[in-house]
Amino acid sequence: MSETTMNLTLRVWRQKNAQSAGTFVEYEAKNISVDMSFLEMLDVVNEELTARGEDPIAFDHDCREGICGMCSLTINGKAHGPLEATTTCQLHMRSFKNGDAITVEPWRAKPFPVIKDLVTDRSAFDRIIQVGGFVSVSTGGAPDGNALPIPKTDADAAMDAAQCIGCGACVAACKNASAMLFVAAKVGHLGLLPQGQTERDRRVLHMVAQMDEEGFGNCTNIGSCSAVCPKEIGQDFISRLNRDFLKASLRAK
Amino acid sequence: MKTLKLIFLSSLGRKYVMAISGALLFLFVIGHMLGNLQIFLGKDFLNAYAHFLKATPELLWPARIGLLVLAILHIVTAVQLAIENRRARPLAYDGTKIYAASFAAQAILFSGLVVLAFIVYHLLHFTFGKIQPEALTYTVMYKGEPIHDVYKMMVMGFSNPWISAIYLICMGLLCLHLSHGVSSLFQSLGWKTNAYRNAIDKFAKISALIIFLGNCAIPVAILLGLVK
Repeated sequence: MSETTMNLTLRVWRQKNAQSAGTFVEYEAKNISVDMSFLEMLDVVNEELTARGEDPIAFDHDCREGICGMCSLTINGKAHGPLEATTTCQLHMRSFKNGDAITVEPWRAKPFPVIKDLVTDRSAFDRIIQVGGFVSVSTGGAPDGNALPIPKTDADAAMDAAQCIGCGACVAACKNASAMLFVAAKVGHLGLLPQGQTERDRRVLHMVAQMDEEGFGNCTNIGSCSAVCPKEIGQDFISRLNRDFLKASLRAK
Repeated sequence: MKTLKLIFLSSLGRKYVMAISGALLFLFVIGHMLGNLQIFLGKDFLNAYAHFLKATPELLWPARIGLLVLAILHIVTAVQLAIENRRARPLAYDGTKIYAASFAAQAILFSGLVVLAFIVYHLLHFTFGKIQPEALTYTVMYKGEPIHDVYKMMVMGFSNPWISAIYLICMGLLCLHLSHGVSSLFQSLGWKTNAYRNAIDKFAKISALIIFLGNCAIPVAILLGLVK
């Protein structure tokens, strides 16, 4: 019979606030069920810390079903941990072995400052969305269901991009802390649909300008972002973003 | 005006500068290699070709100035982008691992800087004659007039195994640089769609290898005594 519980050594980044310098602190995680998610394992460690009167480890989480984009964590140097196409909340302890030492760090990027421990401020992404990641529609009666035909291939491609949950793993994994995959997914998603055409040029110019303004690095086309993306958003969207921005730049008045 | 500003100041625009200058420099490297491979056609072919270039200033000087501008754009933009990239992550991860990235992609800045140093060396060697000063003094008769004996200059230059070793190592790094750079330029310009992704990657690797083999054939043939 395989083991049902395990003991682990965690090396967790602890940082009091944005101003203070952080450091790694070691914790023992004992009797962890293999069926727990990584976040539940941290919950168990935090219960113990709280019982001992210590400050629990702060980490971001919300839906815990892999669709909200709140959970983050760089686990043993990889954003969202060892599995592909998996957010940290959907990573289970059976992916680790009894006795493993696990290093847990926050996303590291200048535009994502640490708020506390493993929690980073990702509002840079919100500001990028606010300058163009939307389609302006006039309110009024709901349009007929099939009034606007959309080819199936376009709809599928738009859905692939729309899967982006804005978690920031792409930035975390990129050696340049570039936000290209995130912006590419948002620009691609709306640019593939007929509703997104009117604002297409303005959208890409504004979103890229905001991305640069936030201080993200530049894309060097190495592909780490797609490799860690929990939604497996491909490099094709980055190519599409480059193409859209080029066309919009040439048409810019 | 707005377009120029977008291209020279934005992150994506500067990748276009990298891509277009890189593409033109890549074409130059191919042309340069084809020109030099005439050494295998014999002394007269190579010397006539070299004389034609030297004797056609209306071709030579625009090419020289153009190459200098391209190289400056490519290098200055690369350094600018690299500095910004370092700044975007002030605190590194514990034990840096880069996922899914090829070695060539990770080493692009290093290989580029070595190629830059090599270009300086190469110009000092064969254009300014600072490495082997006697190299520029060889002459040969061509259509009744003395012209520079480029064939002899190359044979003498590469007969020195140390100089040949420098060229071979630098060609290896140029090959590494192009194997990522040539595929990357298509992505930066937005031409690398999923339909062509694999074909473009293969094209980059194969063309980089051809450039490596073609350029290395010259010093190797001279060292082996096949070209005298």
